[in-house]
Amino acid sequence: MRKRGKGLSSIGYITGFFGGGDPNQAQIGLKMDGTFNLMMGTVDIGQGCKTALSQIAAEELDVPVEAITYTNSDTDIAPFCMGAFASRATFIGGNAILNACRDLKRKMKEFVGALWGVKAENLVVADNQIFLKDDPQKKMSMGELGAASTFGGGYLTGLGAYRPDGPFQVDPVTGAMPALCAASFATTVVEVEVDTETGGVEVIRSTQAYEIGKAISPLMCRGQINGGVAMGIGMALTESVYPYWPSGDLAVDNFGDYVLATAADMPEENRFAILEVPHPDGPYGAKGFSEMGANAMIPAITSAIHDAIGVWITEFPTTPELVLRALADKKK
Amino acid sequence: MKYPLSFTLNGGNVDALVKPTDTLLDVLKEKLNVQSPKRGCDTGDCGSCTVLLNGNPIRSCLTLALTVEGKNIQTVESFASKEGKLHPLQQAFHNHGAAQCGFCTPGILISAKALLEQNPHPNRKEIVEAISGHLCRCGTYLEVIEAIQEVVGQSGKEKGK
Amino acid sequence: MTKYVGKPIPRYDGIGHVTGATAYVDDINMPGMLYAKVLRSPVHKGVMKRIDVSGAENLPGVAAVVTAKDVPGKNRYYNDEQPVFVEDHIRYRGERIAAVAAVDEDTAMEALEKIKIEIEEQPPVFDPFEAMKPAAPKVRPQGNLWIFNSGESRVVTKGDVEKGFAESDEIVERTYTEKMNDMAAIEPHVAVAYTDASDRLLIHTVSQARHFHLGHLCPIFNLPLSKICLVGGTVGGGFGGKNEVQTEHVAGLLALKLRKPVKYRLTRQEVLQCTTKRGAFYFEYKSGVKKNGKVMAYKIRAVHDIGAYNTMGAYAVEKHSFYIVGPYDVPHVRYDGYAVFTNKPVSSSMRGFSTINVNYAHEVQMDLMAEAIGMDPWEIRFINAWREGDIAPNQWKVVAAGLIETLKKTAELEGVKLPPHLLAMSSQRR
Repeated sequence: MRKRGKGLSSIGYITGFFGGGDPNQAQIGLKMDGTFNLMMGTVDIGQGCKTALSQIAAEELDVPVEAITYTNSDTDIAPFCMGAFASRATFIGGNAILNACRDLKRKMKEFVGALWGVKAENLVVADNQIFLKDDPQKKMSMGELGAASTFGGGYLTGLGAYRPDGPFQVDPVTGAMPALCAASFATTVVEVEVDTETGGVEVIRSTQAYEIGKAISPLMCRGQINGGVAMGIGMALTESVYPYWPSGDLAVDNFGDYVLATAADMPEENRFAILEVPHPDGPYGAKGFSEMGANAMIPAITSAIHDAIGVWITEFPTTPELVLRALADKKK
Repeated sequence: MKYPLSFTLNGGNVDALVKPTDTLLDVLKEKLNVQSPKRGCDTGDCGSCTVLLNGNPIRSCLTLALTVEGKNIQTVESFASKEGKLHPLQQAFHNHGAAQCGFCTPGILISAKALLEQNPHPNRKEIVEAISGHLCRCGTYLEVIEAIQEVVGQSGKEKGK
Repeated sequence: MTKYVGKPIPRYDGIGHVTGATAYVDDINMPGMLYAKVLRSPVHKGVMKRIDVSGAENLPGVAAVVTAKDVPGKNRYYNDEQPVFVEDHIRYRGERIAAVAAVDEDTAMEALEKIKIEIEEQPPVFDPFEAMKPAAPKVRPQGNLWIFNSGESRVVTKGDVEKGFAESDEIVERTYTEKMNDMAAIEPHVAVAYTDASDRLLIHTVSQARHFHLGHLCPIFNLPLSKICLVGGTVGGGFGGKNEVQTEHVAGLLALKLRKPVKYRLTRQEVLQCTTKRGAFYFEYKSGVKKNGKVMAYKIRAVHDIGAYNTMGAYAVEKHSFYIVGPYDVPHVRYDGYAVFTNKPVSSSMRGFSTINVNYAHEVQMDLMAEAIGMDPWEIRFINAWREGDIAPNQWKVVAAGLIETLKKTAELEGVKLPPHLLAMSSQRR
């Protein structure tokens, strides 16, 4: 018999190291043709940081995204990045980029100010050019500025860094550790179908809302949300390195035994929305995001299984064996 | 002891000296410097080594190199036109965000191309079946399906679900 | 309004992914490149008495064999815990004992078989609950519990749990068992190391955190930063599995010794069995709730199986203490989290890192509490959800709260008609 059920879950996730103190640096240079070299240590592991961080630089300088080169190739060139983990790249890397871009704009204004004999505060960097606030027709394109500075003995490169408060020790008595970059949130509803003969569980549909401060790069965000569905399904239903933990027996050694979700395991649709409650310290209000895509799926699946067959199985992966045993116990 | 191997790769003839135990993946990557097929598991589970053998998708990590003597192998490097224009599948994958880390993407593109060549108007179920042998840990499946559906839609009608 | 931020543009490096132009570390083949293979411990626990590598060294095609004594700097890294190579004590099956560099992988694997090792096998402990008992085999000399600054457990205390339970109408107790995961990036770990024209060590790496790893590698190689560079930045999936050094030390050591390029790549079996994992978690949750839906108190015991060494295992028990009761305002909380050593691969970071594990427990617990008081699962979450300015169990003051908005939006997308008193709620006020 096939039975359907729905489950609900809500979660939160933190941005950055727990304890803080994990810095990033950024460097953004104006090339001689008016395009830019954004140098970062942040590694793109597929999450799309090259894309999102370039968008942040483009926005702050008000130049097209296509004008930004993202360079992270080696540790001689790349400024310090603590790591592409803890959902920290957008918030901490992004803030370092904002600081670097502001430094660059200040240097641009100083250079052009000296060139034109005007005060730096009378200049505006916007719309892919630099111009006089009171006379916008007195302007220089980024290309012209790149050439003028490079061949005029200048070197227009912005430097920036950002370090969250910390590192802090956890208080030994209370466990207090109040320094934190940000917290993001999500709610998920999942509908499953349980086959009471095989114990198999299929995820039919999912519906989600993520609150992440600001979706810097929405196509990348979608990738994390839908990608999280796949990992959540795998963790909830099939993945275990030691299937009979705490026993050390039968540790797996190939993908035939460590079973990941495939296209056939996905719901036909993952309806989702991204909400934005701007964080005061995040770049353009962004909080950290990416890891949390799998989190809410798993308890929602457990609740949905309960809704379908009336048993609470609070162990994952909830394999067919666990489902059948739970059903048998229920009968007794 | 090595043996000569000759086959057609992406429209051109290639030669290599191979051991009997070399797989097609070993030869493609380490002797012929073909970048797109990937070594994800070497046991035929993940699909990232998938290439076309006489038009059919096969696991190059499970295929002994000497068995492709005289045959026709195609990888993703053959997809773009002679002028470098992306194949509609490649363009659609790119536009829909169907690649994240990109490691499994060439293998999926191979299976997608083989599907559309054998069945120009697959429904969603047929698309899922064609790509369900590919493991993608980034979880791009929904975007991949969307991208393939767009290409199917571009080419005319779609069979009912 | 933003011009570039917020626009759904395609990936910066997407074209290479669909054309095959993206180069990953395994695509790197250098002239004269050697291949490395590692001899790994066949036993879960023991002491290595003797090792004789001469048989491997003398095999034609083998360039070098290295063991712990060949490490130019420190053999231990990451909290001074993990050895590059086993010195004597073995703590998990798969620990590195020796590495061979040879003309190809077949020769390297043949060479591994020629290495003679004498191991005194000892009874291992896999079960963290057994490991916590005083008579258990010692995974490490200092004992099987990581000692925090709060003692044998990481402690979080907020309010007075017994008072909270006394004020509750229903008490719910449940255990949650969450088994071990692998990050399973489709790209296995691989490193290509070589010394360049200036005799600097360069390593092509899949690291997610290259500067972090330089901190581990420099003491191993005894090199200053002026003499080493990590090249990379584009990785075939990480998910936390590439936050630790898994191949760079072996490849680098051999490249430094031989002044030749060395590629060291893991098989899928090695990745699954020997690299860092998401260790299992076990939770005992006891919570108290009032009939009106207000969650009053939580008492939680967590046992995290951190494997053979502590790299990020103890940190995991701290990180998730932030969300142990969920994104909800709970006045009374007591948490004790244990990080327990067992003879298994090291538990480290994986996507969602330890928070995903408490998210599971607190969410099912919310449903169980709702069930106990006959309340709708949506309503109990609305009532308790954080508002701006609430205080988390770790004393963090909530900034930019947004949970209620996600509840409302999900209900709307799902076609669930929430009652007006819930729709009137917001993260900005209670």
